[in-house]
Amino acid sequence: MTINPAKVRGAYIHIPFCDHICYYCDFNKVFMKNQPVDDYLDALAQEMSHYAEFGLPQTIYIGGGTPTALNERQFERLFQTVRKYLFHPAVKEFTVEANPENLNEAKLEIMKRYGVTRLSIGVQTFDDQLLKTIGRAHQSDDAERAVRLAQRHGFDNITVDLMFALPGQTESSLHDSMERALRLGTPHISIYSLQLEPKTIFYNRMKSGSLRLPGEDIEADMYGQIILELGRYGLHHYEISNFAKPGFEGIHNSLYWQNEEYYGMGAGAHGYVNGMRYANAGPIKKYIDSVRKNGHSRRSEHAVTFEEKMEEEMFLGLRLMKGVSIDHFNDKFGRPIETVYGDAIERLKKKGLLAEHDGRLAMTQRGIFLGNDVFGAFLMS
Amino acid sequence: MSENQKQRQSRIRNFSIIAHIDHGKSTLADRILEATQALTKREMKAQALDAMDLERERGITIKLNAVELTYKAPDGEEYIFHLIDTPGHVDFSYEVSRSLAACEGALLVVDAAQGVEAQTLANVYLALENDLEIIPVINKIDLPSADPERVKQEIEDVIGLDASDAVLASAKAGIGTEDILTQIIEKIPAPSGDPNAPLKALIFDSLYDAYRGVIVYIRVMEGSVRVGDTIKMMANGKTFEVLEVGVATPKIENREELSVGDVGFITASIKSVHDTRVGDTVTNADRPADQPLPGYRKMNPMVYCGLYPIDTARYDDLREALGRLELNDSSLQYEPETSEALGFGFRCGFLGLLHMDIVQERLEREFNIDLIATAPSVIYKVKLNDGSSVRVGNPSEMPERKFIQEIEEPYVKATVMTPNDYVGAVMELCQRKRGEFKTMEYLDANRTNVIYDLPLSEIMYDFFDILKSSTKGYASLDYEMDGYRSSDLVKMDILLNGEKVDALSVIVHQEFAYERGKAIVEKLKQLIPRQQFEVPIQAAIGQKIISRSTIKALRKNVLAKCYGGDVSRKRKLLEKQKEGKKRMKAVGSVEVPQEAFMAVFKMSHDD
Repeated sequence: MTINPAKVRGAYIHIPFCDHICYYCDFNKVFMKNQPVDDYLDALAQEMSHYAEFGLPQTIYIGGGTPTALNERQFERLFQTVRKYLFHPAVKEFTVEANPENLNEAKLEIMKRYGVTRLSIGVQTFDDQLLKTIGRAHQSDDAERAVRLAQRHGFDNITVDLMFALPGQTESSLHDSMERALRLGTPHISIYSLQLEPKTIFYNRMKSGSLRLPGEDIEADMYGQIILELGRYGLHHYEISNFAKPGFEGIHNSLYWQNEEYYGMGAGAHGYVNGMRYANAGPIKKYIDSVRKNGHSRRSEHAVTFEEKMEEEMFLGLRLMKGVSIDHFNDKFGRPIETVYGDAIERLKKKGLLAEHDGRLAMTQRGIFLGNDVFGAFLMS
Repeated sequence: MSENQKQRQSRIRNFSIIAHIDHGKSTLADRILEATQALTKREMKAQALDAMDLERERGITIKLNAVELTYKAPDGEEYIFHLIDTPGHVDFSYEVSRSLAACEGALLVVDAAQGVEAQTLANVYLALENDLEIIPVINKIDLPSADPERVKQEIEDVIGLDASDAVLASAKAGIGTEDILTQIIEKIPAPSGDPNAPLKALIFDSLYDAYRGVIVYIRVMEGSVRVGDTIKMMANGKTFEVLEVGVATPKIENREELSVGDVGFITASIKSVHDTRVGDTVTNADRPADQPLPGYRKMNPMVYCGLYPIDTARYDDLREALGRLELNDSSLQYEPETSEALGFGFRCGFLGLLHMDIVQERLEREFNIDLIATAPSVIYKVKLNDGSSVRVGNPSEMPERKFIQEIEEPYVKATVMTPNDYVGAVMELCQRKRGEFKTMEYLDANRTNVIYDLPLSEIMYDFFDILKSSTKGYASLDYEMDGYRSSDLVKMDILLNGEKVDALSVIVHQEFAYERGKAIVEKLKQLIPRQQFEVPIQAAIGQKIISRSTIKALRKNVLAKCYGGDVSRKRKLLEKQKEGKKRMKAVGSVEVPQEAFMAVFKMSHDD
């Protein structure tokens, strides 16, 4: 594929290593022990150089797996590589995911040195019992310590990841977790509901009937509680699962929702470049081998059709509370949105799931809860 | 008759294989095909006789098949074997009896571990009625749990056959095949008919072929049939000119003629399998036989259900698909019907529940039509106050109670073969299903036949599942129709969101109405997903609500999950959701999944 540099806005880099596997996680990841981490970092470097030729990204996001599971030497190598190929002073946001149990001063110092602007800390909950239930390696004190340590190293832009609808979680436990997160004063919180995915420990437990989950009603109550409590504290709800003080919305993640293009690098990473969505090889060895051979590791490539692009504009864009700009849609696709989605929009409006304000289509509060019905309505066939 | 012909006839052996499902019939057939070199190993797909995919998957034989095999016996003589395959399920017992009637002998295959089962017994009785020589084969002797001596004893005690010469075999491992072939030659008599008499050929199967018309599988009992003959179907008097005569070896081979004892096929530009009913006699139109062969019956459907396309636009496709299936299935009946809830569809009649399942599955699989099947119903005979009477196969068409004088429902004579330990459980179940005890037969030291008269509708409902679970799977069931009886029956309606859904109506016994109503309402509550509004579910008899429950309104389905840049995954999820919606039927404003329409029928034991 040829790459049109002007279009690619972000770069995602995947570190698939963990020294601990959480019970709910279905991301591409492996136990770190005995893995060819250095070879992997070499391959990443080669892949970065491959994509960098086509233009530099405006945002960089290193996720995992567990990026902070790398030892300090490997960690620094990773950032040297990023600096060498992708980083530039005009980068708007440079985020790294960190786990409380392995975020230390040395790693914070490295990140500071290499221009990281934002940390995403995987807290999930401040309930120690629940942390064990979901198979996390840290305790709530570790999480607080990690956030405070990062703040002392000058990282103000921190987002804390939380989860809800966990097995055995109560509304008061959720309330306590949000309160402890808010007390840390981070300007951004992401809060995801537990989804059972195949090939996870939780999924197997569910299949065997030994996992008790809160039902849909409790999940809905919790979601309502989250929106209310975080809003009261001044974190505004800007995406289904994301809350921020004004000006602290995640820039990189917003690229996804705004249907923009991004490089995806690393094993199993997904990218969207020049109208092509691709997925890299997932297994570490395959990834390394194919980068060595080709400079990249794209396995499945799909040229997004015009129709699909419109669908994605809607089902991604509507995840944002501000919704989709009608003018933007009309310009981007060269046809009025009513001719494409007039019926769907009318139906959703009638059901009270969608509303139009100031030239934008956005979900109503009720629509947010029933988002899948809203998104689904924009699939054409 | 020429000496040659006489000699040929004396070397013919016609036989079937009788076995319970899974006792190894198809595998044994494969071994025999191999041993007679009808198929080379390379051509041998496991279980060569089961032609349809569905058959192979379910391990049951739906369509009969017959092959001619040449066996060179160790004594140097060449024999002609006709192996006639039979279906293995109670729904098809008439067809089994007709294919047995085409034989002089049968191999009785019994699993060396599991022993004789009720279904085997039923087919053995059919074989004995047809005066067949029966050769017992104890199969799977290589299983660790095999106990051939016990099974031999069982065959003697239960069936009353001499099992001292029973062949100990493992069809899978190829053990005992030669013995079986030798016994076929020695024990099964050659066909005895007169080749110079007027033609009498028994139809035991037929198959529609788009190019040749109906292919009629026959066994010639008397006389012979040749290309160019004008034949007559004795049941309806229709005549046809024979175009082809042949046998399957299993490759199709055309022949000049089929004579006494031969098993093969004829084609004669016959347009419909309805003219070639199983059990009918084919004779020569110019020189007809006086009497048809005995035993012909026209099979009538026992079980009816409504079939509707989920996508109403596919009504015509469904009609065409049913038409295509009917070409090959003279027991399938269908006629258009309309449901307020489901739109346009067909009321279809089947021989039994398995037959119904098979037809539904073929419609979905071979014709890609997503279906909604309503709960199966038996045919009720309803006497009205004005003295007239109607037959009702669709519960929603049951007349109002005030017009009804009496409702009669079909009964069966059910034979449950069970280990003695479970006799109590079996009787309790039969009692609970409105059964009337008839008798018990003590088969041997361990087993008993428990015989009850039961309403057919109760057998259809969940009888078999409960029977299996309350006897640890040891009991087996066989039943035959036993006329109609008057019962205290009522129609129960189901209302969704206050609206009666005709496709969910059921006929129930007055005494069980509350219990059934409650179970159905609860089951529907589980099966119907939450909607954007609250949906009450009610069960009613006439105007009276006897049970109710509520599906709460949908509150949250948005996926608040972190997918990062994996957009294709999000898309797949939404597409799957949409696909799921397509498989639902909008009944009024409620989206109802396919399974819900069967819910009134399929209840598991714990419900």
